[in-house]
Amino acid sequence: MSAPRNIWIIFKRELKAQFNSMLAYVFIVIFVVLAMALTFWFRNFFAPGGQDASLEFTFFLWPAWLLMFLAPAVGMRLWSEEHRTGTVELLLTMPMAPWQAIVGKFLAGLAVISIAILCSFPIVITVSYLGDPDNGKVLGGYLATFLYGAACLAITCSVSAFTRSVVACLIVSVTICFLMLLLAVPPVQDYFTDILGGGLSDAISSFSMFAHYNDMKRGVITLPNIAFFASLIGFCLFLTSIVIKTKRS
Amino acid sequence: MIEVKNLTKRFGQKTAVDNISFTVKKGEVLGFLGPNGAGKSTTMRMITGYLPPTDGQISIDGADVVNEPIVAKAKIGYLPEAAPLYADMTVVAFLRFIAELRGKGEADVEGALDTCFLDPVRNQNIDTLSKGYRHRTCLAQSILHDPDILILDEPTDGLDPNQKQEVRSLIKRMGEGKVIIFSTHILEEVEAACTRAIIIDQGRVVADGAPAELKARASGAGAVTVRITGMAGSGIRSEIMSMPGASDVKEHESGESLFSGQVLPAKSSGNLPEEIFNMCKEKQLVLEELHLEQGRLDDVFREITVADTTLTDAD
Repeated sequence: MSAPRNIWIIFKRELKAQFNSMLAYVFIVIFVVLAMALTFWFRNFFAPGGQDASLEFTFFLWPAWLLMFLAPAVGMRLWSEEHRTGTVELLLTMPMAPWQAIVGKFLAGLAVISIAILCSFPIVITVSYLGDPDNGKVLGGYLATFLYGAACLAITCSVSAFTRSVVACLIVSVTICFLMLLLAVPPVQDYFTDILGGGLSDAISSFSMFAHYNDMKRGVITLPNIAFFASLIGFCLFLTSIVIKTKRS
Repeated sequence: MIEVKNLTKRFGQKTAVDNISFTVKKGEVLGFLGPNGAGKSTTMRMITGYLPPTDGQISIDGADVVNEPIVAKAKIGYLPEAAPLYADMTVVAFLRFIAELRGKGEADVEGALDTCFLDPVRNQNIDTLSKGYRHRTCLAQSILHDPDILILDEPTDGLDPNQKQEVRSLIKRMGEGKVIIFSTHILEEVEAACTRAIIIDQGRVVADGAPAELKARASGAGAVTVRITGMAGSGIRSEIMSMPGASDVKEHESGESLFSGQVLPAKSSGNLPEEIFNMCKEKQLVLEELHLEQGRLDDVFREITVADTTLTDAD
């Protein structure tokens, strides 16, 4: 059987499992409600002179923080649950390559995240109606949010391959996502500059998902930004396959 | 056909499977016996491609499990130990998922539901099923694609006696056209369903043969229990001991005109019952009882595996 077909079969099963367990609904509702609430209450969305039609400093300020917690919640059971229930033995003795199962599961988690992100779209309609947004920035913001969520999910996917405990997976994944976000926060950057000098500090900051996210939400959709997220996702999925293989050896 | 050559699996310092080789041909139902931790499940997991071997080769109908895993896996149906399932799915949805991965259709799903008597629970969520139904659901996924090779790790574990009987009959029925390997702790199961048995202990094959051949290796196999009248017990005992086929006699009862006991065969025994019968005929004695002990598989199992453990402990 072809690889796309196997990936599709795994994707369908995993997506149904996400919705059957209510996890997907919980994730979507929490993401949309929190993103909207934070935008309207804490960023003075309607305040005179504070309008931000391109949503850069209002709506797109929050997804990076929300996805840091919520994407691991979507991905925590991808492999941990398979190990805990023993179904990994069933799955990996089917006539398909393990990477197809990894990609299928990852895409199912990504579909849930994408649905949540798309559910926030009414805010774009609102600003388009009320003002004159820079569509490039809005598009950049959505692309940044999507890639940031995918990267957090890929990190969680590789952590879930290590452990059969979904709670341990959630805690470790959130910690890693938080650390990767911190690298671009000014006090942390200043600390690295003091002890390592400017060059190395910049190099460390370039590994921050937050720095690339901020670039893209300003509308700077450059190849290095996209390549950063793509390589991080690729590396994490490759790590997942190595962990799954090593665990069996 | 399954060909296993010099198969070894090490987990760190521990050798779980130690250089084992065997071949299973079409039509054979191979019972895999051994104490807990002997290496049965590890061997089965390597045959199914789940665990990579540390050393050695496994060939499934000519396809190497390590180099051509997808071809090999397509030929195998596998029931893992503890019968893992996706608890959030219904029985029929789970079987459809497996059918899709195996490139099979709705007719195969219906066939598996029918064969494993799962129709009453087809739309029930797996997490609400009894252990017996869960086991049968996992068995159904293993036979759904009508595989040439079936690997069943303790297929009757946790089933009630009726369900065990059903599964044994199923294995026996399917065994005629397939290669089946199944592991079990229940020795009567091997006698009921297997054409061949392998006893594995501490990662090594310690016995391999048809159940009848293995039973003949039991220490009590070939012994003859007799009850003879018509002569003094001591005389009958002397006559028996003078027979070339007898090595020893365990006396149960002896009287003025009676002997009852068990005659143990000599190693180069010919036909001990016939010798006893001819002796009685010649001496005009009455042979009231004659019973040939067949040997018991659990005796062989215990003698082989206990002896091996003792030897290791002594080392």
